[in-house]
Amino acid sequence: MAPVAPRSGDAIFANIEHVNCSWTVQNAELFTLTYGAIVRQLLTDLEEVDEVNKQLDQMYIYELCSTDTSDQGMVGVWHVLMGYNIGIRLIDEFLAKSNVSSCVDFRETAEVIAKVGLKMFIGVTASVTNWNAEGTCCSIVLEDNPLVDFVELPDTYQGLHYCNILSGVIRGALDMVSMKAEVTWLRDALRGDDVFELQVKLLKQVPEEYPYKDDE
Amino acid sequence: MVREVSESCVDSLMTEMVACYCNRFYANKPELAARRIEAIGYQVGQQLSERYTMERPRFGDHLEAIKFICKDFWSEVFKKQIDNLKTNHRGTFVLQDNKFPWLARMSVDPSTDNVSSVEDYSAPTAESKAAQAMSMHLYFPCGIIRGALSNLGIPCAVSADISSLPACSFVVRIKA
Repeated sequence: MAPVAPRSGDAIFANIEHVNCSWTVQNAELFTLTYGAIVRQLLTDLEEVDEVNKQLDQMYIYELCSTDTSDQGMVGVWHVLMGYNIGIRLIDEFLAKSNVSSCVDFRETAEVIAKVGLKMFIGVTASVTNWNAEGTCCSIVLEDNPLVDFVELPDTYQGLHYCNILSGVIRGALDMVSMKAEVTWLRDALRGDDVFELQVKLLKQVPEEYPYKDDE
Repeated sequence: MVREVSESCVDSLMTEMVACYCNRFYANKPELAARRIEAIGYQVGQQLSERYTMERPRFGDHLEAIKFICKDFWSEVFKKQIDNLKTNHRGTFVLQDNKFPWLARMSVDPSTDNVSSVEDYSAPTAESKAAQAMSMHLYFPCGIIRGALSNLGIPCAVSADISSLPACSFVVRIKA
């Protein structure tokens, strides 16, 4: 059987324009302000949670924030963790409500995240660029980002990855569909760049395991 | 143009925030977790009420401000109004929401009869654990209300009353 050709992001989005009408939306301000308050509170509390951080799996910390063990680095870590936990649940809702069929390859996956997923949840579409030759690494570029409405980073917090929750969400969601990925920030509009650019690198595609043995 | 995000975004963010503070940061100190969650709500409430009252004149008295919370503010945030408002005319108001959206999807054990108010931190029995989890989530909207009123010049204390689920009441006590 001939393999199904991957569809472009626009084609996918056009197809599912009429999403399941029980999809509910909400004023984004509550979302933006809540996220901002969480970041601020974490920055304030971090001195007291140092003990908790020490209990975290060391390897996990290294994997997430490399050499940046400053307070702002730790806030970034927490956001990725929070994002990860959110992502592993959001993927279920996404798959249930978007009527998107299985993606043929990682290229299609990235397009779906950028054009459908982000649109459904935070109401913005992103573009996918900078593919590497093997098709395992790309950049998702957001020009618009509701998380940062009304936000300005003061000079003392230039080390903070304010939107780190997004990278966790994407990583968590991909993990649940058997793709291990690494998601890092390349450009951050809050720190002076013109857009938000996330690099998504597919590390491993774990084939889904059929839970039952065939001969039983 | 009013920007919109999906409802599940706010729900997930809030759930994860409560889980983070209760289970990771302050795992055995529910009072501290509660205070932090309420503080986050306070910030949000202040900012929201600032934005939603930009074009309005000041409120004449406390009752006007509380009515604003019950109608306009609640509509902007939850897309519905407070269902019932009671007061003792001496600084205490009870805002009752018969179907509070953030509680609507929480399962609850109907046999909880030792739950009266959020301030009860005593030893968690099986029934009150569910109640305690629920009350942790309620610190956030309590903080929002407190922050909103505080921004309108009304210092107060806000607590949640879940003794008659699925209705949820917020008790506002204005500080003299």
